[in-house]
Amino acid sequence: MTGGSTTGDDGATAPSSGLHEERAAWPLWEVFVRSSRGLSHVHAGSLHAPDAEMAVRNARDLYTRRNEGVSLWVVPASAIITSDPDAKDAFFESPQGKDYRHATYYTKSEGVKHL
Amino acid sequence: MTATAIDTRADHDAAGEKVFNDIIARDSRIEPRDWMPADYRKSLTRQISQHAHSEIIGMQPEANWITRAPSLKRKAVLMAKVQDEAGHGLYLYSAAETLGTPREKMTEDLIAGKARYSSIFNYPVLTWADIGAIGWLVDGAAICNQVPLCRASYGPYGRAMVRICKEESFHQRQGFEILLELANGTPEQRAMAQDAVNRWYAPSLMMFGPPDEDSPNSQKSMEWNIKRFSNDELRSRFVGMMVEQIKVLGLDLPDKDVRFDEGTGRWQYGPLDWNEFKEVLAGRGPCNAQRLERRREAHEEGAWVRDAASAYAARQAAKPTTTKAA
Amino acid sequence: MSEANASATRITPGNALRPEDIALQDAKPADAVARYALGLGDDALILAQRLGWWISRAPELEEDVALANIALDEIGHARSFLTYAGRAWDKTEDDLAYFRREPEFRSVHLVEQPNGDFARTIARQFVVALYQWELYSRLVHSSDPTLAAIAAKAVKEVDYHRDHATQWVLRLALGTEESRRRMIAGLRLTWPYVEELFTDYPLIDEVGDAGVRPSELRESFDSAVRTVLTEAELEVPAVPGAVGGGRLGRHSEHLGYLLAEMQVLAREHPGASW
Ligand SMILES: [Fe+2]
Ligand SMILES: [Fe+2]
Repeated sequence: MTGGSTTGDDGATAPSSGLHEERAAWPLWEVFVRSSRGLSHVHAGSLHAPDAEMAVRNARDLYTRRNEGVSLWVVPASAIITSDPDAKDAFFESPQGKDYRHATYYTKSEGVKHL
Repeated sequence: MTATAIDTRADHDAAGEKVFNDIIARDSRIEPRDWMPADYRKSLTRQISQHAHSEIIGMQPEANWITRAPSLKRKAVLMAKVQDEAGHGLYLYSAAETLGTPREKMTEDLIAGKARYSSIFNYPVLTWADIGAIGWLVDGAAICNQVPLCRASYGPYGRAMVRICKEESFHQRQGFEILLELANGTPEQRAMAQDAVNRWYAPSLMMFGPPDEDSPNSQKSMEWNIKRFSNDELRSRFVGMMVEQIKVLGLDLPDKDVRFDEGTGRWQYGPLDWNEFKEVLAGRGPCNAQRLERRREAHEEGAWVRDAASAYAARQAAKPTTTKAA
Repeated sequence: MSEANASATRITPGNALRPEDIALQDAKPADAVARYALGLGDDALILAQRLGWWISRAPELEEDVALANIALDEIGHARSFLTYAGRAWDKTEDDLAYFRREPEFRSVHLVEQPNGDFARTIARQFVVALYQWELYSRLVHSSDPTLAAIAAKAVKEVDYHRDHATQWVLRLALGTEESRRRMIAGLRLTWPYVEELFTDYPLIDEVGDAGVRPSELRESFDSAVRTVLTEAELEVPAVPGAVGGGRLGRHSEHLGYLLAEMQVLAREHPGASW
């Protein structure tokens, strides 16, 4: 639950990004849940855990409390390589305009079934 | 580069700003690695972390009744609910972390009294009926606030809210069920229920934040598609729902001024004590000190456990042949 | 639930045995079986009551969630056992939980022990989980179908509790100097109450094939303990076993306080429903 805080306008200041004691906090893990057999693992969120063994257990406790999954992946957040959003245009431009990759590009012929 | 790394290099990037504005104009979603205005990042970090803190501090008032719940079914339901709130806090911290602030830092700000959380949790939970009133009114108000947030322009926040909203509906129902049982119970139980509604009604209305004219940050939040409705709009919608639901309970709302205004199409309600709201927000509520102290205690007394697990992990990682995690 | 609308945020209730189902069954346990179920139910109830305290106080938020899951499992087992036991005497789970006096409880001293610090709670969890797993994995063969069904659900959940406790015993024992010291202290404080778990009591003869003889669990328990403690580079604490008696209604000093808190509201409103 939450309160007035979700409106974000009760006058508080944003947490400053100043120095804080580095006590080696538990690292961040990304969690992927396979909700049923036959489906892919889908990103569900993240959590903190000291190591992989605990991460997968914490993921079970946190992300499958309501039968949401039949299988889990946990991945160190630091191990995920992402495409560069600044190069988005260059990176994802190529498929644009290649409509012939899609079935809808082709005109249907009258009377031809199962195509 | 990592999923959560922040690219500050591009902060003043005009091209980035154009893409950002286009995304907002199309009502699409901003994702962690996108360029975003510094104010957007700051404002979201504040909002999401406050929201997370509220979930976590919000565990305490209800957890106090886990050991005294009057039936085993209620005990199980309450444990599951308080556990869910921990889960909500975790989903939200995880969303906030994608903006670049580690959870550890947010926690330290909270226990140092530098961060805020919803004022509602600074009121004491005096009777079992309060557990019902909290579920019905406080979780109810939270749901009103949160459903529109599922469409918040920041992707990770919206996704966390989708998950949370699915879980919250059980919270409100169990609260309503507690009150219904009490309202139909013995005269003492019924009085307990009415008393709880009397005490939680106004604070729950104040959960929507100050009146629109005193809510300076709201405008920006609306422009950024974080907020979709004004505080007063949501509050009035909430009052409308409560008016109907309390009839089923056979109890009274402690507000003689509730009426539907045909002119504005909104529910009207009696005056709220915004001075009290500000006092509680400023730390002078009945339980502010107690709530923060308990969070601080749990965090600090847990330090040796967290350190132990980190040390163990480091040792295992250093071993030449570790067993592979399944 | 169709595969098509399955997603990482779907919510399903599952289809496990619930206490509500047991309440609706026709099966009434024999008196001895009911008294046996009462003891197992009381263990789970008192443990859940203890674990419930941790929710909002755990060393890390992820652990709040983990301990709450374990507490929820235990309260589920308690409700099933007590509901079934109550059918013999026309009592509900709540009649039994809230309106019995201390000497009428049949829990073992181990579950009554205070939480202490996290290490002490983990030590208690470690022993309880290993014991309950040995017990339930045999109770699934009970001649009483309801007890067997309750055990069949419980044994899977307790298997996870075993794993949870083991992971923490290893981390605390091999983590830092402080955590090792605390883990050793936690085990020492817990070990006196191990013996009672494996002590046969007169009721066991009456229950026959419906129950499990505690003394028969000891060997497997000891070997499971040794495996983990060896990996944790720890010794089994050399402390004398305490005189138990929980199964006969003679409890530790802690139980009275626990019950006072647990029962206070229900007893203020006798006959009320919640
Ligand atoms: Fe919540
Ligand atoms: Fe909630």
